[in-house]
Amino acid sequence: MKHTLSVLVENTPGALSRITGLFSGRAFNIESLNVAATLDPTLSHLTLVTRGDEHIIEQIIKQLRRLIDVLKVVDVSEGEFVEREMSLIKVRAEDESRAEILRISDIFRCKIVDVSPKSYTLEVTGPESKLKAVIELLRPIGIKEISRTGNIAMMREKKTI
Amino acid sequence: MAKMTGKEMVLEALKREGVDVIFGFPGGAIIDVYDTLEKDGTIKHVLVRHEQGAAHAADGYARASGKVGVCIATSGPGATNTVTGIATAYLDSIPMVIFTGQVPTALIGNDAFQEVDIVGITRPCTKHNYLVKDVKDLPRVLKEAFYVARSGRPGPVLIDLPKDVQNGKAEFVYPQEIKLRSYNPVIEPHGKQVERAYRLIEKAKRPVIYAGGGIIISNADAELRALAQAMHIPVTMTLMGLGGFPGSHDLSLGMLGMHGTYCANMAMANSDVIIAVGARFDDRVTGKIEAFAPLAKIIHVDIDPTSIQKNVKVDVPIVGDCKRILKKLLDIVKDVGRPDEAWIDQHKAWLEQLDTWKKRHPLTYKMEPGVIKPQNVIERLYEMTKGRAIITTEVGQNQMWTAQFYKFDHTRTLLTSGGLGTMGYGLPAAIGAQMAFPDKLVVDVAGDGSIQMNIQELATAMEQCLPVKIVILNNQFLGMVRQWQELFYDRCYASTEFTMTPDFVKLAEAYGAKGFRATRPEEIDDVLSKGLEAKGLAIMEFAIAREEGVFPMVPAGKATTEMLLV
Repeated sequence: MKHTLSVLVENTPGALSRITGLFSGRAFNIESLNVAATLDPTLSHLTLVTRGDEHIIEQIIKQLRRLIDVLKVVDVSEGEFVEREMSLIKVRAEDESRAEILRISDIFRCKIVDVSPKSYTLEVTGPESKLKAVIELLRPIGIKEISRTGNIAMMREKKTI
Repeated sequence: MAKMTGKEMVLEALKREGVDVIFGFPGGAIIDVYDTLEKDGTIKHVLVRHEQGAAHAADGYARASGKVGVCIATSGPGATNTVTGIATAYLDSIPMVIFTGQVPTALIGNDAFQEVDIVGITRPCTKHNYLVKDVKDLPRVLKEAFYVARSGRPGPVLIDLPKDVQNGKAEFVYPQEIKLRSYNPVIEPHGKQVERAYRLIEKAKRPVIYAGGGIIISNADAELRALAQAMHIPVTMTLMGLGGFPGSHDLSLGMLGMHGTYCANMAMANSDVIIAVGARFDDRVTGKIEAFAPLAKIIHVDIDPTSIQKNVKVDVPIVGDCKRILKKLLDIVKDVGRPDEAWIDQHKAWLEQLDTWKKRHPLTYKMEPGVIKPQNVIERLYEMTKGRAIITTEVGQNQMWTAQFYKFDHTRTLLTSGGLGTMGYGLPAAIGAQMAFPDKLVVDVAGDGSIQMNIQELATAMEQCLPVKIVILNNQFLGMVRQWQELFYDRCYASTEFTMTPDFVKLAEAYGAKGFRATRPEEIDDVLSKGLEAKGLAIMEFAIAREEGVFPMVPAGKATTEMLLV
């Protein structure tokens, strides 16, 4: 099953490498990973999407907590949570397809962030399912390049990590 | 406040942490620290002959004494040579601090001479590590390193010191106490969990205590003995746990697992409640996991939450320090105050059953006329040294025969590489142990294969005038691999036979040590007593039965009840 983990970690050189090294060394998988500083610049917030049965997820969480640089690990997907991903998609846009792309962009509330005579670059934000839908619709038109942030996530209501 | 250089900070921290001896090998990138240490003269430095030896010696010192072992090496190859020693300590949870020199910060990443990313290399085999880029951070890093190494589940911590950091100046404020927001190991157990454990034990008909290295690390041997005796529960130990409970005690079942006793493995397979203390259900212990202890409820006491539920499902997990948990359990036993007879009655049938198993297949071997049996050598070594020796081993058959036939009655008397299984560990570890206990008898039990992996440390021992004793069980084979080839690879002895072995007696003499050799059984005692009584370092070589195997043996991947017996 897919799990989304929120990890608070010391913002020190090597901390990220400890985490990714842990995953590769123990044969856990990472589907996506997103890291950035928090309001407190000495801490980083890391959102990690992984897959595994209950036993593996338990091990992943415990092993992460064992790292000296890791402050907190929460499986946000255990409860109610919101999850977002952003993607930039450069799509071939010539003649008749230009209008079609704009229509799709409109329906999914994407933004056109770059325009050239032969391409549009779209910014899409949403849950993974929405990104997937947009990508599927644009694929036949011709996606030239795609860049995704990976998920970021947060627990609903009052809960914080 | 007067400023201090980085190298002076290192010296000052060593003093404040109570370090009296360090093991190392100098080089260009660490020469400044060496200069400071030498001019000060307080900290004894043991010059090894290879940096791997330094790491193992620091490890042996730590295991024997319970203190943090410290070693030091230069950048590049000096640092990489310590890696096996670091991994050895990591797998067995040994507190160590490793200092490595590094090229100046301005050159890092430039593939400078003798530059290697040792922090990157050792990340997966240290508990934590630091590359110090600013001398201002050094006091905190030094304090943290020792704290992290010895607290919680101990482990090695590496500090990489660029040359300019060693010479840079800053104020030295050494924190008295340390609190890390991201690292707070649980020491005190959850009271309710301990009570739950007691209730489970109280009802058990066939309980067994499965004790691991955590007993030794947390100095919980007295509590373990008290608890086992109070409740009349038998104890089996992992390789790492040997000595944590007296091997000659009536309640001892000996070692369990791949080369464990028949009785210990049968006890685990038939037990209804297993009390695992400071052990981690490693594959050498469980064998085929699906068939492991099918009837048992499991109580698992460990300081490291990741060990719990990692390999087997646990009914009562208790996270905390083994010593405190056993103490708490003992308090409950006393509070409840069941009469001794009640415990005896409850476990009578079980203890009788265990006794039957013990007698049915005791640890044994077949004597053959004119041929030295390695088990016999270990038995005689035990008889002649019991209670007063620290034994180190190499890895392989020598290690298993020692674990089986030397009855370790005291904690911290067996130093062996359990987790990583590092050949070449025993001699440098013996040097470390002898430095910690100059007056104790320290014996390295080795094979002819593994002793050659760090044989250069003979010079270190001789230079330090250390009376380390080395027993070499020479079968001119890499015996354990040969045994596997015999049993599972149609006796195809691929690269396990040594057609050339040095003359170990002459080798001892070449180093200025004493060497003795036995080739017939009747010479065993004579050689052992000559070697043990010799003034300084002595090698005792025994030409043993070449194709002797270690039994019982559970083939890898089989259930632990499927033992190959003698």
